[in-house]
Amino acid sequence: MNSLITIWAKARGNPIALLLWGLAAALVLYSFVTGGYFIAVLHFAFIYTVLVTGLNVFMGFTGQVSFGHNAFAAISGYTSAVLTATYGWEPLPAGLVGLAGALTCALVVGYPVLRLRGHYLAMATLAIGLIAYEVAVQWDSVTKGYMGISGVPPLGVGSFTVVSDRGLLVFLLIAAVLALLSAAGIRRSRLGRAFVAVAGSEDAARALGIDVARYKLIAFTISAAYAAIAGSLFVHAVGFVSPEVFGLAMVVLSFTMLYVGGIGTVAGPMLGAIIISALPESFRTFKDYQDLAYGAALIAILIYAPRGLASLPELWAKWRGKDA
Amino acid sequence: MSLLRIEGLTRRFGGLVAVDNVTLDIPPQRLSAVIGPNGAGKTTLFNMISGFIPPSAGTVHFDGHEITAQPPESIARRGLIRTFQLVQLFEGLTVLENVKIGCHLHTRGGLLAALMPLAWAQAEEVAVEAEAHRLLEETGLADQAATSAAVLPYGQKRLLEITRALAARPKLLLLDEPAAGLNRQETDALAALLRRIVANGTAILLIEHDMQLVMNVADQVAVLDFGRLIAQGRPEEVRRNPDVIAAYLGSQEAARA
Repeated sequence: MNSLITIWAKARGNPIALLLWGLAAALVLYSFVTGGYFIAVLHFAFIYTVLVTGLNVFMGFTGQVSFGHNAFAAISGYTSAVLTATYGWEPLPAGLVGLAGALTCALVVGYPVLRLRGHYLAMATLAIGLIAYEVAVQWDSVTKGYMGISGVPPLGVGSFTVVSDRGLLVFLLIAAVLALLSAAGIRRSRLGRAFVAVAGSEDAARALGIDVARYKLIAFTISAAYAAIAGSLFVHAVGFVSPEVFGLAMVVLSFTMLYVGGIGTVAGPMLGAIIISALPESFRTFKDYQDLAYGAALIAILIYAPRGLASLPELWAKWRGKDA
Repeated sequence: MSLLRIEGLTRRFGGLVAVDNVTLDIPPQRLSAVIGPNGAGKTTLFNMISGFIPPSAGTVHFDGHEITAQPPESIARRGLIRTFQLVQLFEGLTVLENVKIGCHLHTRGGLLAALMPLAWAQAEEVAVEAEAHRLLEETGLADQAATSAAVLPYGQKRLLEITRALAARPKLLLLDEPAAGLNRQETDALAALLRRIVANGTAILLIEHDMQLVMNVADQVAVLDFGRLIAQGRPEEVRRNPDVIAAYLGSQEAARA
């Protein structure tokens, strides 16, 4: 709750912050009332909020890089799909098994890989994602290859299931908000301070007694947990899974959301996820030029708000400060 | 009884012997200094003591334990905290947050404390906040608490690095040229701060170029030249030592000192 109050305290009195949150809230409310296609866009945005928040813990807070978090989404997503669709498990225990699998994989893979830095870390994590994709394609007996697994049941516990689009929207919104709140909690804690210290200067962090290798692994594992939860939510929300779902496109999309929203900020992942999911739709009127308009909008955001949409309120406050 | 004991410490870089068989005793609750001309091996000596580079030979004992070639974070955990010649701040964070990070070693909150409103964890956060403010008050940075570390003037950056190191509650504070780039006034304020730190029970070992600072504040001085220890003792003894005058004070530094 404290973090909600801080977010509100910061937003109050800053028209840009109020505008951003107001727009997001209006968008959610509008699609909740009218329903229709846009509600599916928001489902997608909220699931991605969870994934990108995890990526933000590792990349934004801790200053590392990973092109391979789709692997953890894939491990948990496929585990959920197989256990529920093929073996008739409940979504919750299936998701927990998926989460445990993803965390184990993150620990085993992270231990050697996190010795690398910069571009080398990027390459190694990229390989993790590619391996996960190949396994999903080749392990035919379990994953059904390119065909994928359909008939994944909706989310729910026991006889209570989230079937309607509106119900799912509310459920996923709660999941996304919980992701943001937990990230805010981490950022303000001793753990989060150790993460940002690693990002700021590894030498200084070590000189203050922070075990840099250990905290990188913790950040990697925590971010893998977010990715795993997002993966499981995805297969239940869509009802279907195939290798393409967790392919390289997922990595590109989550990176775009992270940078457009504001890397290292708490609210950035949600703003980025909503905007990047909604942008292509809003440029539909441009017809053939839709992709061009989308690209131009991205470039404009990154030029005028290089630290992302979440930095707009700060830019506004600075501009006002100069003006006064 | 010495707090830090260095025995026969040597570091070779290829054919170059940067630190050559240095033996030193650093007492508790005193301010000791290592001086020497550029390239004398002072920073290499510091890097070996604090675990950032392994020695080629020799041993380091701190507070009754051997710490030779241990990783920096383990050495820090024993209470030996260093600063850097090129200031290493967490630039993107505020002054206050920098100091709070310094409290890492004597706090214990983990993931659970980050996600849940645990009573002990909240009390710990309150204590960290209070301690950080108290330290900033002590070093005169209290007014800058909410400022981003990146925009501080150079002298205050150095001061912040020392404040952050103090937050780790060191038994021995290693300062690598703390007065580099400071003006006379700032250097005098630094000297007073260092004496206060020692008076509060923390030993200091500093590397310094500024002879006036060293002569004013140090209880004992060791002189390195070409990696070898050529003299040690009280400041006024060292100043009169003919070897030191020849190696170091013989230049224009002597006139200033």
